[in-house]
Amino acid sequence: MSGCGFAAGPPCPVREPVGTGDGLPPTWFPPVRYHTVIIGAGMSGLAAGIRLAYYEKPVCILERHTTIGGLNSFYRLRGRNYDVGLHAVTNYAPPGTRRGPLAKLLKQLRLRWDDFDLSPQCGSSVVFPGHRIPFDNDFDRFCDNVCDEFPQQADGFRRLVATIDAFDELNLEQEPQSARAVLAEHVSDPMLIDMLLCPLMFYGSAIPHDMDFSQFCIMFKSVFVQGFGRPYRGVRQILKTLVRHYRELGGELKLRHGVREIRVDNGRAVGVVLDDGTEIEAENVLSSAGHAETCRLTDQAPPPAPVQAGELSFNEAIFVLDRQPSDLGHDETIVFYNNRNEFEYASPEDPCDVRSGIICSPNNFRYDDDLRLEDGYIRITALANPDYWMNLPDEEYYPAKEAWCERMLQSALEHIPDIRPHIVDTDVFTPRTIRRFTGHDRGAVYGAPKKILTGSTHVDGLYLCGTDQGFLGIIGSMLSGITMANNHLLR
Amino acid sequence: MAPADIRQVVLDILERIAPDEDLSSLDDSVPFREQMELDSMDFLDIVMELRKQYRIQIPESDYEHLVTMDSTVAYLTPLLKDAPAPA
Repeated sequence: MSGCGFAAGPPCPVREPVGTGDGLPPTWFPPVRYHTVIIGAGMSGLAAGIRLAYYEKPVCILERHTTIGGLNSFYRLRGRNYDVGLHAVTNYAPPGTRRGPLAKLLKQLRLRWDDFDLSPQCGSSVVFPGHRIPFDNDFDRFCDNVCDEFPQQADGFRRLVATIDAFDELNLEQEPQSARAVLAEHVSDPMLIDMLLCPLMFYGSAIPHDMDFSQFCIMFKSVFVQGFGRPYRGVRQILKTLVRHYRELGGELKLRHGVREIRVDNGRAVGVVLDDGTEIEAENVLSSAGHAETCRLTDQAPPPAPVQAGELSFNEAIFVLDRQPSDLGHDETIVFYNNRNEFEYASPEDPCDVRSGIICSPNNFRYDDDLRLEDGYIRITALANPDYWMNLPDEEYYPAKEAWCERMLQSALEHIPDIRPHIVDTDVFTPRTIRRFTGHDRGAVYGAPKKILTGSTHVDGLYLCGTDQGFLGIIGSMLSGITMANNHLLR
Repeated sequence: MAPADIRQVVLDILERIAPDEDLSSLDDSVPFREQMELDSMDFLDIVMELRKQYRIQIPESDYEHLVTMDSTVAYLTPLLKDAPAPA
């Protein structure tokens, strides 16, 4: 076989050492040709990398940013740790669970349940005018709560649950089907329909107004049937585990190594060119950069039809408090709220849509040994208009962030105790922030509206993983990388 | 490698792929999928582990032979006849 095994086997013939483009002496000796180059060191890229490295395929992950994680990253600011993206890990399952996406993922990556250190949520709710549906990781209790809140809809709701249970969402050959249409066949109260859609859209829909029923089922199972968990140390627990495992298996990871072009020869991907001009040959390229973003890298071989990028993005304000939220009377993990009768999930005309949102408290999980986070945190998230935030001149950007942060908080205060006297620090991100750190067009969080479930592109040997392949969420993105590696790179 | 050793190789691989399963009472004549939580991803792993450890290639058209322990051992016997037994 071409390339060389990292874990064992003789060294490959190498070219001259190459500079790493940062002014330091050359230290990187790439093999003549990798089996696979992976673009992006987020969850999907790292998980794919682990599969490849485990089976001794020479693999290199290239990440433009200075750190790993992509849409689910972490950073430190003014002495505190912050998570990007992760409110909670959905598809939570307790240790010993043998079925389901989390168990599958751990087996495929040869990790143990403890490696992610997940603790279950305390409890969450969906709140609309006049109705509140609490839920936690006990699905039966959620069903009962729905039936109590909407007694006329109880029969229809239970039929819907049976339909969802019977649906095979893992069949990648599905024809799209409107979730709203299927819901309306079972349940007649539009508010109940919106209350079911609200958390699922907020946590995993790339399209406005409606969802594909297949995606609805995936999200329904991951949010309501399974539930939420969180590592005590946040997303870094998962990311550091993935990177350590990947490197131990012989995988290479290069930060600050952006890709500016994917080389295509006769319709087949043959390697990449870095921002500094270094060329790297590979038999395959797996990209988590996004479909449209990836197609721009194959300039010499454009796709047969234009590819649309994602457009749904969010503002998020993270408030640090001088005490635990529970000390203020706020015990809930996540609150999904909508202050109008209808729920509108779409890119707003206004800079932010404060009529709805998510309130997340990372403190409110059942951590082991009654451990508590050092500080109190409340994160408020709302749909945002990407074009507005991208196009603001700098001197208007920061005041606008502050102003909309205020409005988001004002709206959220209908649902939580007044945290304002207890705020000691605030950080706010917008679609512009997301675009800056992940490269995803318009700061799209859930990728393009049209998913490429098979991961194949118009170029042989070039595959997609991550949000545009279509498995969303923390667990979903790792499964995306694993599935694409299994289907295209390991057979 | 003798059939008994091949059986052990397969058991070791199953343990690595599905560490939570109890393999002590495995029935060799019953399909794996009826006794354990195994899907097509896991079957790919069995094939990949064999390739990694013993450098043998199993074409997709032969996957049907890996249904039970008995059929798997029978299929692998000629492929692994020259391989050393696991330590």
